[in-house]
Amino acid sequence: MDSALATTDHADVHAEHDHVALPQHRHHFETEEQQREAGSFGMWLFLLTEIMFFGGLFFAYLLYRNWYYPAFAAASNQLSVPLGAFNTVVLISSGFCMAVGVWAAEMRRKSLLVLMLVLTTFFGLIFLGVKYDEYHEKYELHHIPGDSFNISMFTNPAGYGIKEEPLAPDMAQKTQIFFFLYFAMTGMHAVHMIIGIVLLFWLTWRAHRGDFSSGYVAPIENFGLYWHFVDIVWLFLFPLLYLINRHPLH
Amino acid sequence: MSAAIGNTIVSLPDQSTAQIPKRNYINNEHGLLSWLLTGDHKRIAILYLISITFFFFIGGAFAGLIRLELLTPQPDLVAADTYNKFFTMHGVIMVFLFLVPSVPATLGNFLIPIMLGAKDLAFPKINLLSWYLYLVGGGLTLAALVLGGVDTGWTFTTPLSTHYLNTHVITAATAIFIAGFSSIFTGLNFIVTIHRMRCPGMTWFRMPLFVWSHYAASLLMVLGTPVLAITLVLVALERLFGIGVFDPAKGGDPLLFQHLFWFYSHPAVYIMILPGMGVISEVISTFSRKRVFGYTAVAFSSVAIALFGFFVWEHHMFIMGVSNYSALVFSLLTMLVAVPSAIKIFNWAFTLQKGSITFETPMLYAFGFMGLFTIGGLTGVFLGSLGMDIHLTETYFIVAHFHFVMVGGMLMAFLAGVHFWWPKMTGRMYPESLSKLAAVTTFIGFNLTFLPQFILGYLGMPRRYHAYPPEFQVLNVLSTAGATVLGVGYMLPMLYLAWSLKYGAIAGNNPWQATGLEWQIQSPPLTENFIEIPIMDHEAYDYEWLENKTKNEVTTVG
Repeated sequence: MDSALATTDHADVHAEHDHVALPQHRHHFETEEQQREAGSFGMWLFLLTEIMFFGGLFFAYLLYRNWYYPAFAAASNQLSVPLGAFNTVVLISSGFCMAVGVWAAEMRRKSLLVLMLVLTTFFGLIFLGVKYDEYHEKYELHHIPGDSFNISMFTNPAGYGIKEEPLAPDMAQKTQIFFFLYFAMTGMHAVHMIIGIVLLFWLTWRAHRGDFSSGYVAPIENFGLYWHFVDIVWLFLFPLLYLINRHPLH
Repeated sequence: MSAAIGNTIVSLPDQSTAQIPKRNYINNEHGLLSWLLTGDHKRIAILYLISITFFFFIGGAFAGLIRLELLTPQPDLVAADTYNKFFTMHGVIMVFLFLVPSVPATLGNFLIPIMLGAKDLAFPKINLLSWYLYLVGGGLTLAALVLGGVDTGWTFTTPLSTHYLNTHVITAATAIFIAGFSSIFTGLNFIVTIHRMRCPGMTWFRMPLFVWSHYAASLLMVLGTPVLAITLVLVALERLFGIGVFDPAKGGDPLLFQHLFWFYSHPAVYIMILPGMGVISEVISTFSRKRVFGYTAVAFSSVAIALFGFFVWEHHMFIMGVSNYSALVFSLLTMLVAVPSAIKIFNWAFTLQKGSITFETPMLYAFGFMGLFTIGGLTGVFLGSLGMDIHLTETYFIVAHFHFVMVGGMLMAFLAGVHFWWPKMTGRMYPESLSKLAAVTTFIGFNLTFLPQFILGYLGMPRRYHAYPPEFQVLNVLSTAGATVLGVGYMLPMLYLAWSLKYGAIAGNNPWQATGLEWQIQSPPLTENFIEIPIMDHEAYDYEWLENKTKNEVTTVG
C-alpha cells in the first residue's frame, strides 16, 4: 500500500537514503529510530485509551460497591480465591515469559524467542481454561445476571451449607449487580486475552520465520506492552472482585 | 508580482501563468483500488470528505423534515414516534458521522503532515482503517434507519433506551461504538505524528495553531471516546440480558449512564469545535496578513479548553437530582471554560486590528464563525448558571445554543477551511462571487433559523415535541423559513465546488500568499508532499519571511 506507493513513486529518492538498513523501514519515516519511537508511543497511547475503556467499568464498580457493600461482600465470597490466586500466578508467569521473549528478540536469539512466545501462549490458555471453569460454576448456580438469576443462596445461605449472614431479599437482589460487574470486567479482560493469544500465534509464526532475528523487534516490544497491560488489569481485578471481604483468621 | 504596502502583501499574485503540476497525489496512481487501498493521508482525507458530505446531506434532510413538521402547531406531517426517529437520526448522523470527523478527518488528515513537514501520518494503515471503520459505523447507522429507525434521541438516555423502547437501539449503539474507534485512531495518529514526525526546526511553538488545536482535540478523542464505547456496551448488554446496571428495579442507577455518557459527550463538543478554531486561526491570520496576536496564548487556550472540557460534564444533569454542592462546583467550572474560548475570540479580534484585511470567502465564513460562536458561547454561560438552567434546559433555548456553537461555529469553520484549502487540495479555485453569495446566504439563513429558537425556548417551548401551542407558530415559521435559506446556502458550495473541479481557475502554489508550509509546495501536492524534507527556520505566520522568499524567487506561481 503506502510503502508500495513510496517505492514506485520515489524510487530515485529512496536510493539516496542509503542509511535504510532494515526491510521493515517504512519510507515515510526519516529514520528507523523515529519509526520505532512512533510505534511504541502509539502503543502507549492505545493503552491509555484502554485504561479509559476499563475506567468506565471501574467507576461503576466503585459506585455500586459503595452503595451495596453487604451484597458485594456476600457475592464476592462465592468466588474461589484459590482459583483466582492460581490464575494470578499463571498470568504473572505468562508476563514473565513475555518479558524474557522481548529480551530474546533484542538479543536476536530466535529459538529462545519462539520458546518464550509459546510459553506465553500456553500460560494464557491455562488462564482462560480456569476462567471457563469458574464461569461454568456460576452458570450452574444461576449466578449469571438476567432472568434466570437466583438469589436464594444469599437469602438462605444455611440451606446451601454456607456460614454467612443471610441478606434481606432486596439487598440480595443487588448481588446481581456484583455478578454483572464480575462478568463484564473479567469478560472484557478475557476478550483482551483472546485477542492477545491470536496475535501471539501470528507473532510466533513470524518469529519462527526469522522476522525478528535481525534487529527488528518493534512488534514484539509493542505486543509485550499490550500483554503486560492485560496482566496489570487482572492485578486490579483480582483484589477488587475476589478479596472484598475475606477474613482468613476467622 | 504583487504590490506591497508597508511590509504586508495586499493583492494576490497573478494566477494566469499557473499550471496544474504534471505529477501530484491525485494522478500518481489510477483506478478505484489505488484509492480504496491507499495509505496516502491526502487521499484518505478526500475519501473522508466525500463520505462526510454524503452523511451531512442525509442528516440535513432530517433537519429539513423536522422543520417542516414544526411549520404548523398541529402534528400533521408525521406521527409522534416518527418525529422522534427524525430527530434521533438527525442527531446521531450530525454528531457522530459529521461533526466529530468533519475538520480533523478531512482537513486535519490532509494538512497536519504537510504543516509539520512530514511525508505522511505516523500510521498510514491505521489511518485507512479509521476510514473503513467510519464507513462500517455509517453503514450500520443507515441500517438502523432502514430497518425502522431508532427513537432515543442521540443521547440514548436510560432507562428510556434500555427498557421502554422497541426500536433498533443496539444497531445504532454498535454503529457509534465502531465510529468511535475510527475517531480514536485518528486522534492517536495525530498525537504520535505531532510528537514524533516534525521536521528539523519545527519546534512546538513554531507549529501552526491549526496543529495545536488538533493536538488538543486529539487528546480528547483518545481519552474520552473509550468511555463512550464502554457505556454503549453497557446499554447494549442491559437491553440484551437485563443485567441491571442502569435499572433502578435491580439496584442500578440510570444517572450513572448520564455520568459516563456526558464524560465523553461533553468533551466531544470540544472535539468538534477545537479543530474549527484551528481553521479560523489560519484564515484570520492569512487574510489580515498578520501574525496571530498572542500566538502562545491561543495555543495554550486550546489545551486549556481540552483540560477544562473534561471537568464540566455534570452541567448536563443539573435538573436530574445531582447533589447541589457538586452542581455548584460544576457550574463554576463550566463558566471557566468560557475563559480560554474568550481568549481565542479576543486574540483573533486583535489579529484583525490594523491588519490588511481582505474579504475572500474563507474570511467571510470566519467572520460568521466569530460572531455566531460568541453568541453560542455566551448563551452557554446562561445555561451554566444554576438558576437559569432550570428555566431553560430541555427547551428550544438549548437547541439554539448548541446549534450556534456546532452549526454557526463548527460548520462555518469547516466551510471556511474547505474553501481556504480547496486550491491546495484540488489545484483549482472555487468561483469567488458565487461562494461569497453562499457564505452570506448561510449566515442569513442560519440566524433566521436559530435566533427565533432562543425566544421560543425562553418562552417555554420544549424541545423534542412534534406539536406546540398555536401562539408559537410565528417564530416557528420564521425558523423553518430560515432553514430553507440555510439549505440553499449548503447546497451551493456542494454544486460549485464540484463544478470547480473541472472548470475552476488554476490556483497555483500559493494563491492567498499564506505562510504555512503547505502553501510553499505545489498544488495539488506530490504523494509524499515534499521533494526534500523542509527545514523550518522561521516562526509561524511570518509574513516578512514570505515576502523575502517571494522576492528572491524566479517564478512566483505555477
